[in-house]
Amino acid sequence: MNIIVCAKQVIDPEAPPASFKVEANKVMPPAGVPPVISPFDESAVEAALKLKDAKGGKVTVLSLGTNLLRDVVKKPLSMGADELVLLEDPAFAEGDSYSIAYALSLAIKKIGAFDLILCGRQAADWDSGQVGLGVAEILGLPSITLARKIEVTDSKAKVERINPDGYDVIEISLPALITVSNEIGAPRYPTMKGIMAAKRKEPVVWKPADIGADPARLGRRAKLVKLFQPVREGKVEIITGETPEEAGAKLALKLREIKVL
Amino acid sequence: MPDSKGVLVHAEIADGKLCAIATEMLGCGRKLASALGQELAAVLIGSGVSNNAQEAIAFGADKVYVIDDPTLADYRTDAYVSVMEKLAKQVTPQVILLGQTSTGRDLAPRLAFRLNTAATLDCIALDIDPSSKRLLQTKPVYGGNAQAVFTCDTDPQIATVRSKAMSALPQDASRKGEVITIAAGLDASAIRTTVLNKVKEQVAGIKLEDASVVVSGGRGIGGAEGFKQLAELAQALKGAIGASRPACDSGWVSDACQVGLTGKLVAPDIYIAVGISGSSQHLAGCTGAKTIIAFNKDPDANIFKVAHYGVVGDWKVTLPAFTKKVKELVSG
Ligand SMILES: Cc1cc2nc3c(=O)[nH]c(=O)nc-3n(C[C@H](O)[C@H](O)[C@H](O)COP(=O)(O)OP(=O)(O)OC[C@H]3O[C@@H](n4cnc5c(N)ncnc54)[C@H](O)[C@@H]3O)c2cc1C
Repeated sequence: MNIIVCAKQVIDPEAPPASFKVEANKVMPPAGVPPVISPFDESAVEAALKLKDAKGGKVTVLSLGTNLLRDVVKKPLSMGADELVLLEDPAFAEGDSYSIAYALSLAIKKIGAFDLILCGRQAADWDSGQVGLGVAEILGLPSITLARKIEVTDSKAKVERINPDGYDVIEISLPALITVSNEIGAPRYPTMKGIMAAKRKEPVVWKPADIGADPARLGRRAKLVKLFQPVREGKVEIITGETPEEAGAKLALKLREIKVL
Repeated sequence: MPDSKGVLVHAEIADGKLCAIATEMLGCGRKLASALGQELAAVLIGSGVSNNAQEAIAFGADKVYVIDDPTLADYRTDAYVSVMEKLAKQVTPQVILLGQTSTGRDLAPRLAFRLNTAATLDCIALDIDPSSKRLLQTKPVYGGNAQAVFTCDTDPQIATVRSKAMSALPQDASRKGEVITIAAGLDASAIRTTVLNKVKEQVAGIKLEDASVVVSGGRGIGGAEGFKQLAELAQALKGAIGASRPACDSGWVSDACQVGLTGKLVAPDIYIAVGISGSSQHLAGCTGAKTIIAFNKDPDANIFKVAHYGVVGDWKVTLPAFTKKVKELVSG
């Protein structure tokens, strides 16, 4: 079974909220906090490795971006993925979901045969949740979003898709594209063996010309007019007491006093 | 599509009624349609949905397209994208709104790619730019740390709308509108997924999204045992239990309890966060609450930046005292 996983490098979404800064419509990378693979993309890697554990096969990871730190983008390799393909070029810097899905689909065609493409449900930076579906649309593949479990039998996959009240069990014909949510289970830790193998492995790097990308289609359809940080007026009233117990009880009294209770 | 006109809302139906998000989008769609001097239409897709057309009119639609077909009973991507594509090509709307729901977030991007246009997901504000007459689409990004405003030059301009971000118009049963039935015309062999089963994960008590009080626990609760104490407080306040993602991921509570960007969006009267640090992704789901109360041992925790009231200390000590007093007050 051949699986392609699209995984993106992002600013660490778990960095302290106070370190988050926007300047001139751009997000400033927080000082001293290295980027990470977008967490849902790591879930997609985990889903791929679970299938590989069960069925054997090959997992190829595809990452598109600029300034891709090798230590970061190689993490899926150290978790157990087999190949890493990077689409790294300044021409990809200004892309949106449309141009990125376009470039990824060209790269996937160049990689060749696959049974399944997995993506994270949404990237932790723009929270768009569109690229995976765009790749499916461009490649003419059926798709399921928000998977919490994937089982493959013959030429089909049985997928549990989460919804607010539980989940639906959906069958899909392969090849297909599936986006993965964190409910798939915690991504595995890299093993020592995996880390050594990842160190030795050189990623394949492709430029727009290598995948035959039309430069005109690497621009944006969704135009960013403005990026700003919403102001949150902080005016918390901390309730104190002689003892912590007293503080807890006084909070209840306070809420009664202001008629919240 | 230079001659595109009108605003079209995909109105979802559940339990025989328009979903709240559908009425909220009709309220917002009405404003956009007026700003453009154009019509507001709704589309109902499903099986047995024609009865809801009048309801959509009562909430503001001038026209309702009904695509009622047994093959549309369950949401399936191929089928829904196909009927929406057909409708969009027939009525050429300038704006299409869908809910940021399980359906909308799956349907909108594929539809946008199919129609060679762009979508913006999870919008919390939508306005018409007075000079360009294009749709200004505001969405939280970076887990809610920032907000971005997008426009796009191609029609239809597609957006999904976050629940509770817009307000519905009061229902007016005397409003008149036109109902147009459209045949689904689906080729069953082109639908490449089958829904085998729908599993409901029952959470006892009041539904989280509808509760007027939510008591949420985070990583700081430390285990399933601790959630029993939260449940005791929730019960005293007739509220529901919520959680941050780590508490769900650890299996202390059901995944259905997750509040946040990728969980549920709640806007209760009282939101009580216990052992939750206040990540932007969690806050995305609860800052609509009227009063936010935080219990945290770390005085610098980000949750105190959005909370109205707080107690600093170990919740194992502060919360039982709070719960005890609350019980006295509400029973007395
Ligand atoms: C793309 C993306 C989407 C996400 N979506 C969501 C989402 O929808 N919902 C969500 O919740 N998270 C989401 N997350 C995760 C989010 O980034 C945070 O990791 C998470 O919200 C942190 O949960 P927490 O506050 O429970 O844990 P922590 O950040 O670990 O905080 C635990 C808190 O408990 C306090 N504490 C510990 N012990 C005690 C004690 N004895 N008494 C009092 N206080 C104590 C600590 O001081 C600390 O503030 C998402 C992340 C990403 C990247």
